[in-house]
Amino acid sequence: MTSTRCAVCKYFRRRCPPDCIFSPHFLNDNPQRFTCVHKIYGASNLGKLLQETPMQLRADTIESLYYEAKCRIQDPVYGCAGIIWSLHQQIQIAQSQLARARAEIAFLDANVVVAEPTPSPGEPVVQQNGVDYGLDDPYDFWFY
Amino acid sequence: MGSGSSPCASCKLLRRRCAKDCIFAPYFPPDDPHKFAIVHKVFGASNVSKMLQELPIHQRADAVSSLVYEANARMRDPVYGCVGAISYLQNQVSQLQMQLAVAQAEILCIQMQQQGPDQLPAATHPSMMDCDVKSLLLSGNNTSDFGDQMPQFLSYTSSSNNVIQDPLKRESLWT
Repeated sequence: MTSTRCAVCKYFRRRCPPDCIFSPHFLNDNPQRFTCVHKIYGASNLGKLLQETPMQLRADTIESLYYEAKCRIQDPVYGCAGIIWSLHQQIQIAQSQLARARAEIAFLDANVVVAEPTPSPGEPVVQQNGVDYGLDDPYDFWFY
Repeated sequence: MGSGSSPCASCKLLRRRCAKDCIFAPYFPPDDPHKFAIVHKVFGASNVSKMLQELPIHQRADAVSSLVYEANARMRDPVYGCVGAISYLQNQVSQLQMQLAVAQAEILCIQMQQQGPDQLPAATHPSMMDCDVKSLLLSGNNTSDFGDQMPQFLSYTSSSNNVIQDPLKRESLWT
């Protein structure tokens, strides 16, 4: 066997045909890429998925599968879903902070309009220390 | 557990006897065959079994949930799967950060205008006196509470020619 086999055919120790569906995407010089994807998805599933994908989209498909496989290997419990969950949390926090900032702007603007704003000690401030992020039950997140 | 009366969804789909210690049975009940079907289609039963076996029992439920989630994302979007969602959400976070920075700069502007020139610190740059939000942002006064925590783990767009950068800079998410 020559070294012109793709990483997949080399892995399976088989001849790499000219029309091998994997060869454009799994070059021989990066065997780890296929190993990673194979570990999570399996070569059979990968092949079926590629066959169902238009040729011009296969490169992106492989890249996304590789990324998800790496995420899963690094975090076997949550994988990519953990990142998505974390981003949802960060969005909620950012939205809350933005709402507070805008409320503060409105408050400050109101202070400019009023001649002598003298807030009493008990007057609530716009920016509060505790924030109820209103996080959804994380398990609500799993079930779409 | 695999009951004597009804095999779990995975054993039903795979047409095999559901053993008492079937690894799938606790997570793929027979009343929801679609759940296992999706996971099997994307990951394969054998791979899922190996993944579950490598995990402690108390983590397997979450692992199954996340696999189901990812499998569904892949079925909805066969090209980008979860990565498409990550890209979209990261974009949202960036936009919110920008809006927050603008709002914070605006607060600073208003506060400076309210304080008046004679009450500002001596070190205040003259350009601050005539402040507007844009100049404050450009001068680097924008702050973001969570800017340092944001992993820039991919620069991914829907363009078919783009390659995902090395995305796994996620350490800060879990510290």
